[in-house]
Amino acid sequence: MSANEKLQTFIEPERYELTAAPAHRFELDRREFFKFLGGGMLVVCVLKDACAFQESGAGRPHAEPLPKEIGAWLHIGENDVVTVYTGKVEVGQNIRSSLTQAVAEELRVPTSKIQFVMGDTKLTPFDMGTFGSRTTPTMNLQLRKVSAAARDLLIGLAAKQWQVDRQRLVASVGTITDPQSKRSIEYAALVKGQQLTETIPEVDPLSPATEWTVQGKSLPKVDGRDFVTGKHRYPYDQTLPDMLHGKILRPASFGATLASLDTKDAEKIPGVIVVRDANFVGVAAPTVEAASRALAALKAGWKSEPQISNNELFDYLKKNEIGGEDPTGYAKQHEQGSVEKALASADRRLQATYTINYIAHVPLEPRATLAQWSGDEVTVWTGTQRPFGVRKELAEAFRLSEDKVRVLMPDTGSAYGGKHTGETAIEAARLARAAKKPVKLVWTREEEFTWAYFRPAGVIDITGGLHKDGAIVAWDFHNYNSGAAGIQTFYDIPNQRILFHPTRSPLRQGSYRGLAATANHFARESFMDELAHSLNMDPLEFRLKNLTNDRLRAVFEAAARKFGWGQKKPAGHGVGMGGGFEKGGNVATCVEVNLDKETGDLHVLRVVTAFECGAVVNPDNLRNQIEGANIMGLGGALFEAIQFQNGHILNARLSEYRVPRFSDVPLIETVILDRKDLPSAGAGETPLVGLAPAIGNAIFDATGVRRRTLPMIPNRLKMS
Amino acid sequence: MSRIRLNVNGNTHFADADTALLSVLRDQLDLTGTKYGCGEGQCGACTVLIDGRSQRSCITRASTVVGRQITTIEGLAKADRLHPLQQAFLDEQAMQCAYCTPGMIMSAMSLLNKKANPSATEIADFMEGNVCRCGTYPRIVAAIQRAAKAMKEAGL
Repeated sequence: MSANEKLQTFIEPERYELTAAPAHRFELDRREFFKFLGGGMLVVCVLKDACAFQESGAGRPHAEPLPKEIGAWLHIGENDVVTVYTGKVEVGQNIRSSLTQAVAEELRVPTSKIQFVMGDTKLTPFDMGTFGSRTTPTMNLQLRKVSAAARDLLIGLAAKQWQVDRQRLVASVGTITDPQSKRSIEYAALVKGQQLTETIPEVDPLSPATEWTVQGKSLPKVDGRDFVTGKHRYPYDQTLPDMLHGKILRPASFGATLASLDTKDAEKIPGVIVVRDANFVGVAAPTVEAASRALAALKAGWKSEPQISNNELFDYLKKNEIGGEDPTGYAKQHEQGSVEKALASADRRLQATYTINYIAHVPLEPRATLAQWSGDEVTVWTGTQRPFGVRKELAEAFRLSEDKVRVLMPDTGSAYGGKHTGETAIEAARLARAAKKPVKLVWTREEEFTWAYFRPAGVIDITGGLHKDGAIVAWDFHNYNSGAAGIQTFYDIPNQRILFHPTRSPLRQGSYRGLAATANHFARESFMDELAHSLNMDPLEFRLKNLTNDRLRAVFEAAARKFGWGQKKPAGHGVGMGGGFEKGGNVATCVEVNLDKETGDLHVLRVVTAFECGAVVNPDNLRNQIEGANIMGLGGALFEAIQFQNGHILNARLSEYRVPRFSDVPLIETVILDRKDLPSAGAGETPLVGLAPAIGNAIFDATGVRRRTLPMIPNRLKMS
Repeated sequence: MSRIRLNVNGNTHFADADTALLSVLRDQLDLTGTKYGCGEGQCGACTVLIDGRSQRSCITRASTVVGRQITTIEGLAKADRLHPLQQAFLDEQAMQCAYCTPGMIMSAMSLLNKKANPSATEIADFMEGNVCRCGTYPRIVAAIQRAAKAMKEAGL
């Protein structure tokens, strides 16, 4: 296996997704579940250790060994309905649909007969969380295995009932048929009156992608109707009788501590409860308006410390490395050959520094929780990518055992890596405990901008050495703070040193769609362009000269072909490309921009993205993800940046923090390379990473100006 | 607190006057299809129709729409039949998380009430105040054009 192939198959857990991950044993009490489920057949998939490795984060150093865990399970009811339970959650990536396809494919039932229970810590098996594009490569596979096993068991039941050889029986459309005797029986009838539990320890043969009849097709969002009618209830929309509305008193600035508090006026408002617990101050009231009035009536004094501001950000990051071991192991340097020797003997040397600002996720639905206590047990409905992580946070905050905490995750109004944590769950539960009533606590947009967390800012230094024929001979790459995802180069460079330097962060930071792969690809692929131009080589030709990985070459070539790379272009127009691989997906993006010389306005006119993620499960949803990733990526590439000063976010509103809108959208074309011979990989993140460097390279082509900071054109798209 | 009478989706409701229309709809009438997104009229998630024209309910005082026809996403489908715009959003899969979808559909209603057959540029201009963070904008434009055609054919 070549180094590149190893990179393609091994997915490194990323630093910012490893902040908290308990290995937890899911206690499945089957009798209790049958009480809950009724009769039928329960099929359980037990993860093998090798499989559990990725999803549990157990691969990281110092992790405790995992118990064998239940990975997934499904129930075939007497009522003809198949219910599937998974700890994964739906945030708009449409896995409720794609996982339905997985079950339908192997169980041979219509998709309309399948329902999913997702992200309910009481009912679903433990899952570390929905992130890292892991649902398709792991949960899709697990559910196909469990479904294939269920199908086998059903065939066995029918064979036994009819006293025939199971080999001659066929499962199709929820029915077992014996083609010889023309007998048939529906699954529901087969399991009627029974309580069958089967555990599958081993892999059942799965249908190869070339024989798929349900996967590989564009199943629409399975419950789409509930969304276009407004019927679906997001976390923000949850209600309970008698519930109160909560509000939290926020510190005057980051790091401020409460010095004094006068609650008298707030407590005079009828129905208002004020809770103070150390630095936590919140109110609950029968209406949102009363809660808001109570919050405004609190008189608090805060003690503040000076904080870093964003005009000193990049300098700060370079000067504030954290020593010691980095949990991903990246802080130990990855080195091969001799970078110093190769640089010294190179025909040409180049050095550049790239910087990346903090950006916000801006999920259109801000964080929200409804919390209810019953005795010493608490139940929360909340929007999170880590229901089991939030359960642990709650258990720790209230000193409960985890079985006293239930977290339910209704399909949520997006997350993009921004909802790994349970802030509102803890806040709502704290207020509800004091109020002895259910409390709903929803964040305002300002709170979401200020008290959530950001995509890490970063500084990336690259030095490269070239042979005059265009071969890269040396590569020295240093990333400060932004993260290690996508840090490895996939170009064939004999001498390389790649190092991630963890640093202190002035702002709270965490996961974001694509993690640091966006920053690392921006730097790497911009620098590739700089290297190509330094030799007057065509950027595509230069890349292909230094690239042997077939999958990556294929997407670069496909994107270039569709785009018409190398064709003549109008004056003022520029073209650029960028690409790479990450999380099992390969992407290449070409962009055409135009600079209006009179107004100074920059327009992104056209984006072509070629993407390959193995065998495609749902082509239209994949296109939707690629289009959406490119549009979301426009913001971080061109204009999104968090402005902060001495403990305050200066642009914590949508009127001040610009996100991509209708008029920003270029013509977007996608080319999907469907590799039915390869396992399916996730696709929610990686399509994003080629865009920023492609735009930067196109700007250079159009103007001769190199932009090395994300965002590239913060000033309302005016090149100044 | 004084009470006001509101006409929402053809029904009469009584509500507290001194609050935003969005709060009345969501917290008092339990019509949660209309969403909070920003609280300053910048994202369009809270869009409703007032006498057929789109308005941001988060910055609309409830007392200012007494006597007007208020339409929310819940008022579009007739019995089991989806409005052509709702159907078009499904047909084009013009959503991911779909949190913006009710607001998008209500804004699009307003546009189609004003102009039966808008161009892609006219749609983008009119819809500029509605944010889809998942980035399904091209599909939304396609859905609105599809709906315009369907409504014309249906004589709506």
